[in-house]
Amino acid sequence: MAVGTERAAASADDVWVPRPWVVRSATREIGDTVTLEIEPRDASAARPVAPGQFMMLYIFGVGEVPISVSGTGPTSGLLHTVRDVGAVTHALCNLGVGDVLGARGPFGSAWPIDEHKGCDVVIAAGGIGLAPLRPVVRHVLERRGEYDDVVVLYGSRQPDQLLYTPEFERWRAAGIQVEVTVDHADQTWDGHIGVVPTLVRHARFQVDEAAAFLCGPEVMMRFMAQELVDRGVVPERIHLSLERNMKCAVGMCGRCQLGPEFLCLDGPVFPWTRVERLMAVPEL
Amino acid sequence: MTATSVLAAEHLDRLFQALARREYTCVGPTVRDGAIVYDRIEGAADLPRGFTDTQAPGEYRLERRDDDACFAYVVGPHSWKKYLFPPERRLWRLRRSDGSIERVDADEPPPRYAFIGVRACEIAALLIQDRVFTGGPHSDTYYGRAREDAFVVAVSCTESAPTCFCSSMGTGPAVTGDCDLALTELVGEQHVFLVEAHSPAGRELVDELDLQPAATEQEHAARAAVGAAAQQERALDPEGLPELMGKSLESPRWDEIAERCLACANCTLVCPTCFCSDVEDISDLTGEHAERWRRWDSCFNPGFSYLHGGDVRRATAAKYRQWLTHKLGTWVEQFDTSGCVGCGRCITWCPVGIDITAEVPKLAKGEAS
Amino acid sequence: MKDIGQMVAEHPFFEGLAAEHATLIAGCGGLAVYDPGAYLARAGSPAEHFFLIRHGKVALEVRPPGQDTFILDSVSAGEMMGWAWLYEPYVWQFDARAMDLVRVIEFDGACLRGKCEADPALGYDLMKRFARVMVQRFVDTRLQLMDVYGSRD
Repeated sequence: MAVGTERAAASADDVWVPRPWVVRSATREIGDTVTLEIEPRDASAARPVAPGQFMMLYIFGVGEVPISVSGTGPTSGLLHTVRDVGAVTHALCNLGVGDVLGARGPFGSAWPIDEHKGCDVVIAAGGIGLAPLRPVVRHVLERRGEYDDVVVLYGSRQPDQLLYTPEFERWRAAGIQVEVTVDHADQTWDGHIGVVPTLVRHARFQVDEAAAFLCGPEVMMRFMAQELVDRGVVPERIHLSLERNMKCAVGMCGRCQLGPEFLCLDGPVFPWTRVERLMAVPEL
Repeated sequence: MTATSVLAAEHLDRLFQALARREYTCVGPTVRDGAIVYDRIEGAADLPRGFTDTQAPGEYRLERRDDDACFAYVVGPHSWKKYLFPPERRLWRLRRSDGSIERVDADEPPPRYAFIGVRACEIAALLIQDRVFTGGPHSDTYYGRAREDAFVVAVSCTESAPTCFCSSMGTGPAVTGDCDLALTELVGEQHVFLVEAHSPAGRELVDELDLQPAATEQEHAARAAVGAAAQQERALDPEGLPELMGKSLESPRWDEIAERCLACANCTLVCPTCFCSDVEDISDLTGEHAERWRRWDSCFNPGFSYLHGGDVRRATAAKYRQWLTHKLGTWVEQFDTSGCVGCGRCITWCPVGIDITAEVPKLAKGEAS
Repeated sequence: MKDIGQMVAEHPFFEGLAAEHATLIAGCGGLAVYDPGAYLARAGSPAEHFFLIRHGKVALEVRPPGQDTFILDSVSAGEMMGWAWLYEPYVWQFDARAMDLVRVIEFDGACLRGKCEADPALGYDLMKRFARVMVQRFVDTRLQLMDVYGSRD
């Protein structure tokens, strides 16, 4: 008998099964990081994707990992920028054009960009964290008139670990202030040195008009959010993307919990005010 | 008002026969490995007739009764989740073909189960897992089908263990619905089961059994027996627990608990509502086939919170905090219900006898001071 | 052209500075320009000045023996550079190199120390401003030390 059961529209078994997707292009961004453009083999597997969402990418027989969508490619495929840090990401980084991988998704929450039309926009990223934010930059570029001052604050450990540098000039040409910093450099570097939050000092935007989108190492995001709040940015307008271990992506495996939040369903993008306290608790 | 009928104990097999005619796979309590566990059962003879269990923190013993009661025990280490959310289940099988990948297995329909001997607290647990697996934006089809097809024969408790605290949680010991049939066992001069139907399927089955209506004194006796089981020495006040958990995240009590906790994961495995799982991807030697298996996991297990080369929760204190604050706190925000039903399994099966009904007041005290 | 007092008052480091203090401080300052690659300070040499950066970017560097020069931090327009003039033995600990064309107000340390001793209110105000920047750089350095981009594998 049906005791309190409700049939949900989507069945988990469907969302559990990776569908075949084809690699349309593979571009090495920096030493250990590759951007894959992928398309579903069967067009019916394509779903609308919003900036900030992620896909579960599967390598046959190896395993599956969550990877944020980092844009749409020239042939309307989805871009994923993958850093080679484990068995699955290593295999992903070694895929070539025409290779087939499995994919499920998209999953998760999106950056609330449209909700902040007319605002100044601060985009702050650390390391690979620029990947989930690149769709935000591109969204703003395409609708430049809908936003006021736009600032990209980006940092990485060292100059050769900076992503998407060839795009920065295009961003600047569209009137976006791009400030880049690294933790360490030699004398050939002519950008800033120091951690990403120090870049806020050089950013030109109206604090009371600004919305901020952050992605990067959790510690960096905490300091960044605090710096923005200290400067007068409205805390509710600061959003960030979090990361935890996840296996199912559909709110059932329980692994990606941070306090009451399931990162796969409620996140990965959260308002700072919703996660500030949770992020401050060690080992939560 | 649900009419109550009487089924004589010697005719209990008629219930099994009626379920067999409906092609249900009966699972229920049986004695195995020194405990009362849930397994396939064919008839009344497989029930733990004449057995009971004695329970205390970190302690479980099977004992003989001086009567033939079939359901005069409390709960064992198993719960019904193992049938609806199996400890391991293959999610899919894929084949490499023509440079692509394709699914080669079909969703296997779960057996049509008849659950025999479901306790009131366990019904509460089923309702909680319904929300977890079928109440969100995505649904676990296997769970949903197994649950929808299951025929639930519930039994009100006439005994409670010192580890029980369902009365305080409002989940038992009386079965009041959310099942097909509700039984209450009476032993004494006559050994009978009072039977109430709580669904159309249940009523149809009761009609088929052709039972006599219960006498008023039998109904009184049943109420008295269940009422006695409601007198429990342990209690947990569910009021304000989410707030308490939220305020206690940095309490020093977690470290004190961690001095005893072995992080063995027993509490999560015996818990009728814990749902965390892992998946494993495997492939055969030819590399042509790959499978994904889902297995029960626990927030206590190493690797559960793995991220970038390390676990987010490394200390046992952090793992225990995750378990308890989820169970009693954040669960409410996620599923609009507590994750605890007061069955006491986590107390009984904890090898060091950690008692959540004792730990919660300590957290509350720490909060107050 | 603005006078130095006005530039001092308008520089973010001296935001909210009392007018009489601005005048006092400006009396110890002068304008300077450094070409790209020029050094504002050299490790081990006397620290006779501190700088308010008005334009450009300055790299704080160290050169470990046998290794390439290593940039520790950069200081840009709107920021202050140099606190070695505050305490004995008044010696720079790092090199400070202009990364591009750098315009500064350069303050004479001995002159400022004298005015601070004579006017404790000025001294306290100046000290609070320096302490704030020091604390901020200390926090930034701690974050930098965490090497947050590294994987733990």
